[in-house]
Amino acid sequence: MSFERKDLLGIEDLRSEEIYFILDTAKSLRQILDRPIKKVPTLRGKTVANLFFEPSTRTRISFELAAKRLNADVVSFSYSTSSISKGESLLDTVKNIMAMRVDCFVLRHPVPGTPHFLAKNLPVSVINAGDGSHEHPTQALIDLYTIREKKGKLEGLEVVIIGDIAHSRVARSDIWALNKLGAKVRVCGPPTLIPPQIEKIGVKVFYSVEEAIKGVDVVMMLRVQEERQNRCFFPSLHEYREFFSLNEARLNLAKPEAIIMHPGPVNRGVELPAVLADGKKSVILDQVTNGIAVRMAVLYLLLGRKK
Amino acid sequence: MSLLIKGGRVVDPMSGTDEILDIFIRGEKILKIGKGITFSAKKIIDATDSIVIPGLIDMHTHLRDPGREDEETIRSGTLAAARGGFTTICCMPNTSPVIDDISLVRYILRKAEKEGVVEVLPIASISKNEDGETLSEMGKLRREGAVSFSDDGKWVRNAHLMRRALEYVKMLNLPLISHCENEDLSKNGVINEGIFSTILGLPGIPKEAEEVAVFRDICLTRLANSSLHIAHISTVSSLNLVREARKRGIKVSCEVTPHHFTLSEELVRSFDTNTKINPPLRGKDDVKALREGLKDGSIEVIATDHAPHTPEEKELDYALAPFGIIGLETALGLVIKELVKPEILTLSQGIAKLTVNPARILNLDRGRIREEGLANLAIFNLNEEWEVKKEDFLSLSKNSPFVGWSLPGKVKWTIFKGKVAYRS
Repeated sequence: MSFERKDLLGIEDLRSEEIYFILDTAKSLRQILDRPIKKVPTLRGKTVANLFFEPSTRTRISFELAAKRLNADVVSFSYSTSSISKGESLLDTVKNIMAMRVDCFVLRHPVPGTPHFLAKNLPVSVINAGDGSHEHPTQALIDLYTIREKKGKLEGLEVVIIGDIAHSRVARSDIWALNKLGAKVRVCGPPTLIPPQIEKIGVKVFYSVEEAIKGVDVVMMLRVQEERQNRCFFPSLHEYREFFSLNEARLNLAKPEAIIMHPGPVNRGVELPAVLADGKKSVILDQVTNGIAVRMAVLYLLLGRKK
Repeated sequence: MSLLIKGGRVVDPMSGTDEILDIFIRGEKILKIGKGITFSAKKIIDATDSIVIPGLIDMHTHLRDPGREDEETIRSGTLAAARGGFTTICCMPNTSPVIDDISLVRYILRKAEKEGVVEVLPIASISKNEDGETLSEMGKLRREGAVSFSDDGKWVRNAHLMRRALEYVKMLNLPLISHCENEDLSKNGVINEGIFSTILGLPGIPKEAEEVAVFRDICLTRLANSSLHIAHISTVSSLNLVREARKRGIKVSCEVTPHHFTLSEELVRSFDTNTKINPPLRGKDDVKALREGLKDGSIEVIATDHAPHTPEEKELDYALAPFGIIGLETALGLVIKELVKPEILTLSQGIAKLTVNPARILNLDRGRIREEGLANLAIFNLNEEWEVKKEDFLSLSKNSPFVGWSLPGKVKWTIFKGKVAYRS
């Protein structure tokens, strides 16, 4: 059981053994975060460059902290799309940064496939922190880690993902990840936000939360963006909330020990009311803490071992 | 209140019943159907020599309430419906304001409950204010009581919006109803484009204005894997598109109006604005094809598109007069005269187009006669002829091209929820 890749670009191509290896590595690194001195020298002297072409505070900080906990140096570049539109070639930008002898890029970009393009053209490691609606592999690993921590296993669990599936990279990565480890996945949302033929990648599709949530072990809520409304996907946030938000009544249809997850940020009062986001069944903050451990594991496995 | 209908020929297309039976009603429901019922009833209707059918359903009516109560109100529209043998009418949302909000759905349901004599089921709009840009809150509207959605009067020009509307409505298990008309092609037209628009010098509405819209909506229905109902179909090619789509398993249904399977475009020569309708009266070959479509089942529904307009409005020149004619009170007569008597449809098939079929398309538990079912019935005399007279219309408006016609199938009684809604 090992992880021998140069990059982490997505979950779709990973084998289940690789995923378990990452999760187990994360588990052993997790306890560093509970120590008074939250540092180990593992990546001393290495430099990680965060390249974020989409706004993100939380993921960027999570990667930064993960690198710093392992004693790596971190530089963060936030690019607005205007610098791309000025005709600056992405590869050119990156080669410039590489000339400064960076060991790893963490890339978030609005267009699918961009991290893959970089990975192909660079000798250093590339981590996909979210490429458009395509994949967000570290988030899926965090979700798997959290479920395993709370439920002891993944195989045979019933998981429902509720929200804007069509535009969600988190949904896609989670679907691959959960299926590979033997969980059963359901997706639920208005028909306009369910991508065509998604049943083919191994999910059951529901248009009714009451139907979808029956007997599940894990409820994963996704954020819905107001901008979607302007493109005719649903008539209003009011209606969305009435039909697709999580509430006590719907939650009661899940198993009594069901957990509530959300990749964040939560639209409180839209898909999830505050009382449930902060309630006993919510593991949302655990996801955040585990996020550091999982990202530490990924950085360690890519950069920290003698090749 | 108990009511016994004795000795009528009960024709119920859903169950295939066609025999002399008594029907005993208590309260709102049918308690028993059988031969020689002897229960004592407060009221007895002798239906000997009459036909008893489920109360008719009109999937496409315009009640002009709110906004144009001079043309028609909920009350007058239901009175007209009852006279025509209808016990359920679905009203289109292009009132003023448009029925795009739950408060307006509630308004219609409450007013119908209070003042109507038959059932009114609102159809809400697809887009807010029928603007063709933003989805209306279809989930909430459905929950409040809307039975379907349409931007009738207009075509949803934005293909992306129509696609999303078709997808969205899947979670409600309902079809969308589309008024298929590409307004870029039909703009300014007042009659069918063809030999008569040439001779009369009136701008024409080409058939293609309807057909390109029908095709697009069928394609989008396939893309969305949803259900579509095409309103007031009027041309051969539109019908062929529907047939082809149905053969391929695309969930599309359509309706035809009595005037479209009865009248053809020569009538516009009179310049009578009661021949001005949208879609317009078409050619004889279209009329023939529509009848064929009814016969082979491609057209499952007959709906009136009852469109009341005041005399002041219709007594304008042909270009200015609004489109539309009333139809609730003449529908059954035309079905009998034009389809059943010439044996294009059997009586049961003809009635099915106005009962079972619309009920199925809208998922309504209506349009059938059964024990424990709602007592919504019409009793009519198959052969008794009656003359269509303006002063007899119960509709507030009188804009009908059938004035002066002699029609069979005179409705004698219409029963709604066990109460008499109309008596001739």
